[in-house]
Amino acid sequence: MNAVDLLFWIFAVLTVGGGICMVFSKNPVTAAMFMIISLVGVAALFVLLDSFFLAVLQVLVYAGAVMVLFLFIIMLLDVGPDVAKQKITNWRFGILGILLSSLLVVVLISLGFPSDFSGANNPSWPVLSDAISSGSESLLFSTKVSAFGYGLMTKYMLPIQIAGFMLLISMVGVIILSKKVARGEDV
Amino acid sequence: MIDWLPDNIWFSVGLKVFFALVMVGAVMTMAGYSVLAERKVSAWMQGRVGPNRTVLPFIEYIPFFGPLLKKLGIFQPLADGLKFLFKEEIVPGHVNKFYYYLAPLIALVPALTTMTVLPFGQLYWSDGSVSTLALADLEVGILFVFAVSSLGVYGIALAGWSSNNKYSFLGGIRSSAQMISYELAMGLSLLPVFLWVSVPGAQESGLSISGIANSQEGAAWLFMVQPISALIFLIALFAETNRLPFDMPESETDLVGGFHTEYGSFKFGIFFVAEYAHIVIGSALFVLLFLGGWHFLPFMQDPWPSNWVGSLLGVGWFLGKTFFLIFFFIWIRWTLPRFRYDQVMQLGWTKLLPLALANLIVYVLIVTLIDQTASLPL
Amino acid sequence: MAKTVVLERKPLSLSERTYLPQIVTGLKTTFTNMFKPKVTLQYPEEKPFIPKNYRGVPTLVKDPNGREKCVSCQLCEFVCPPKAIRITPGSVPDDQEDREHVEKAPQEFEINMLRCIYCGYCQEVCPEEAIFLQEQYSSSGYTREEMINNKQKLYELGGTLPDHHYKWDKKKEAELDGNAH
Repeated sequence: MNAVDLLFWIFAVLTVGGGICMVFSKNPVTAAMFMIISLVGVAALFVLLDSFFLAVLQVLVYAGAVMVLFLFIIMLLDVGPDVAKQKITNWRFGILGILLSSLLVVVLISLGFPSDFSGANNPSWPVLSDAISSGSESLLFSTKVSAFGYGLMTKYMLPIQIAGFMLLISMVGVIILSKKVARGEDV
Repeated sequence: MIDWLPDNIWFSVGLKVFFALVMVGAVMTMAGYSVLAERKVSAWMQGRVGPNRTVLPFIEYIPFFGPLLKKLGIFQPLADGLKFLFKEEIVPGHVNKFYYYLAPLIALVPALTTMTVLPFGQLYWSDGSVSTLALADLEVGILFVFAVSSLGVYGIALAGWSSNNKYSFLGGIRSSAQMISYELAMGLSLLPVFLWVSVPGAQESGLSISGIANSQEGAAWLFMVQPISALIFLIALFAETNRLPFDMPESETDLVGGFHTEYGSFKFGIFFVAEYAHIVIGSALFVLLFLGGWHFLPFMQDPWPSNWVGSLLGVGWFLGKTFFLIFFFIWIRWTLPRFRYDQVMQLGWTKLLPLALANLIVYVLIVTLIDQTASLPL
Repeated sequence: MAKTVVLERKPLSLSERTYLPQIVTGLKTTFTNMFKPKVTLQYPEEKPFIPKNYRGVPTLVKDPNGREKCVSCQLCEFVCPPKAIRITPGSVPDDQEDREHVEKAPQEFEINMLRCIYCGYCQEVCPEEAIFLQEQYSSSGYTREEMINNKQKLYELGGTLPDHHYKWDKKKEAELDGNAH
């Protein structure tokens, strides 16, 4: 096992362990902290894949902004540990969730696990660092920031527009909802 | 698999750890001395003389220099640090112990992590090649700084929450709200800068800090080209480092001590150092982005030779600019009164954010124009 | 009756609304302040100027002939609001020639500086002009006992003040002239 593998296992345990602890912790603030650990762990895994841009975005957007908002709300509403004591009433959704997540795990393992258990990667998946070191100028297999920009502005233009539009819709919705409450209080 | 981990891993890691420790030492020293600078400058601005009593034994008796150092208070940071270290540590009974102890660390670690990507000079090799002096000159350097520094707010928010004290809590809440509000304007203000630097025909493209700094060599500094961006970035920088006039988290007039009301001795010291480390790094970042980094003056080639002397002079020039900006931080603090909390929010959301957006649109139009004219067959 | 004038507040000009020129003005002010002379007094080395009528630590004084003036009438003990003064009266020995008409003098005179409020009533009430609040302003000690000034200390602090009356000399003269009380 070389150093990179060791790092991978450390961060993988951090990510998965953080996620599990988040689900099972009673205190909402502790849960949020574990979620941050999990997100930072994912970012570290991105770094191990040479993908600094994704790693930084992961920390910037999720750990740095979204979780601050979460924490803000948890603190502001003063959600205590007793929230976690609520019993799960609908078991059907629980079972469905377990089924779906195990399906996801199965698919991921079948895709990514070395097929012959000899330690070599699945040949159908290109290794990113090989593609970079082979000196191909193609932006497809590059971790450069411009590669992301190029991809997002050409091939994935439509998804980006749709995502932006959905964000706009949610923003409009929030504005309308908050306006209504304000008007009700005035009267 | 990864090229930045060479074969002899222990040597390589050891070397990196050594460099990191040197860098941490340098920034911590600068943070300590900016505390001294704060005390001195505030004293001068208020007609006082500031700390001038601390001195080490024997040094006092050196003719001329001893009294001069004593008068300047050079040894004051040492005394301050020792005071924090040896004070009685009081932990109030009503705090959430785990997070109470964790919060100062969370506040300090991001402040010291951001420095890894800050370039501070150039190294001229004998074969004529030039490499940037930095612990890690990432391509996404500026994003890294934003990402990691945005984690610093957890320290303050957790400190406020775990103290179980209403004043601390308000401080924590304010800090997180302020951080989110100004991060947007800060990020948006930098977009035109990177657009401008990566304009077609430019040599640099990407989000690297050293690239930005190098693009200002022998050309206009970016605060001349992008005055509005520089202004918004500076204001947001004040807000992100929780400096007056934006020090909502610890506004001592209405929140006693804000998030650190319940903290004392060394734990408070860590918060204190973290705040000043943020200032040092923020100043360095502003210098790199808008004031030409280690390059001499706008529209002038660096006058120093391309060898190790030049490297040292460049680093020194960069540090000089950084010190000036630290002085500017202090200067603003002792000039302006604190904003009210709602004014801070209003300024961030209704003034800076639209201004940054408008600025971005204008520069997008300009850059597009340049792009189109450049691609036209002449 | 004064006429109330309502002043219209002028709308803010553009430069005032952007707030930046004001900041620059403020920065100029603080910057020029940096180079103005300092008002700090380096205290233990430089002492502040103490005006003549300063009310510092209460002390007992002697007249220019070196005689104690206090006759232990205990008026100051009586008037002292925080009850800081304690006097044990004693008599003046008959053989002390220059004070033969004075019957009493304090055997012990204590002022507790932890209680004293520096009001100056003792000085005001003293019929013999024997107690004065002088320019001494700094009194410190490690124990409570140290902070109680006894008679010896009070005379040390007080020293000698010029006397306009020389009461006892006059009394002696009067007696020699034969019209003693």
